[in-house]
Amino acid sequence: MGLISSTHSMSRYHIEGKFETAVMEEVRKGLIKNSIPKLENVYEEISAGWTPYESPYNPDFEKFSFIFGSYFSFSLRIDKKSIPAKLIQKHMALEIEKKKEESGRDFISKNEKAEIKETITDILMHKIPSIPSIYDVLWNYEEGSLFFFTTQKAANEFFETIFLKSFDLKPIRLFPYTIVETKSKFSTDQKDNVLSLSPLKY
Amino acid sequence: MLDIATAYNKYTFLGNEFLTWIWFLIEKQENLAAIMGSKESITLEIGNSIVLENNLGDKSKEKITIKGDQAGLEEGTTALKKGAWVTEINLKCKIGEEEEYKFTIKGESFNITGLKTPTTQTSKSEDEIEGMILEKTYLLQKITGVIDSLFLKYVEKRIANDWKTKEFQEIKNWIHS
Repeated sequence: MGLISSTHSMSRYHIEGKFETAVMEEVRKGLIKNSIPKLENVYEEISAGWTPYESPYNPDFEKFSFIFGSYFSFSLRIDKKSIPAKLIQKHMALEIEKKKEESGRDFISKNEKAEIKETITDILMHKIPSIPSIYDVLWNYEEGSLFFFTTQKAANEFFETIFLKSFDLKPIRLFPYTIVETKSKFSTDQKDNVLSLSPLKY
Repeated sequence: MLDIATAYNKYTFLGNEFLTWIWFLIEKQENLAAIMGSKESITLEIGNSIVLENNLGDKSKEKITIKGDQAGLEEGTTALKKGAWVTEINLKCKIGEEEEYKFTIKGESFNITGLKTPTTQTSKSEDEIEGMILEKTYLLQKITGVIDSLFLKYVEKRIANDWKTKEFQEIKNWIHS
């Protein structure tokens, strides 16, 4: 569903502001500063960062370009560990049995169960590999517009946070109100008229 | 500019009204190129799905989904008569003689899903990737440009002084015909 696939899903942004110095260098610095770590941190549930468009699993912006014609294109990779609930359930059941045998009791308190669950979650989180999701970005810097190739809410929120952190430019999601604010040539009076609209009844 | 989250919720209706207007334009076979001032011909058709929603007043909603390539839209028009709005629509857009796009657009977010652009080259050798990206970018900008222009045209009509006596009446007549 990315930039050059046959079908696309996308959300759009207006990018507020411009760099004061060398544009390409600023973009390069932002991408490198917040690129996804090459080695997975086994304790982190979620890890996110930029990768080159052509190399999603090797975040090397010295080797792979992010400049295509007059556009910038790169990807946001979000690696997420997700432990299936049934796996936790299974290990919980085994651990509770073991604890009962060891203590000679036939019940386990609520607090003990919570502790067991926490320990099991930690162990499984450490063992289980992350699942990567890759979302392409296409940025038309000159026009201040950007396509983000997904409509998933969580991915959009990650994108907005990491984009601002990387480039110090605010991405404004495009929807009816923001299209009027950023893309129209309406006068101030016309924009005020839009603000005072209320839903129609036919 | 208003707070983004507030504005998103407050002006959701504007996107839904726009999609309803699109349906009206299609049914009335209006000349879209003339409306938008485009040199290229632009035609729109309803694709294989349309979703309508009706607020029932007590915070509950009625949702009508029509799916299928040759689906009849009678339930949709009935829902419009009862006060529903189009909240999501699958469209086929033809620009010029050959470029055909298919996509689904949501009124509240303008999120676009299932977008198929005209076919582009498919080779993936390294030196051709830039060409593919540029070609795809051109097509994506073109279709989103059409959506934005049409939307802003709708808003322009909506805030015009003669809205209530002209376009509003025509849409009302179409809904209740």
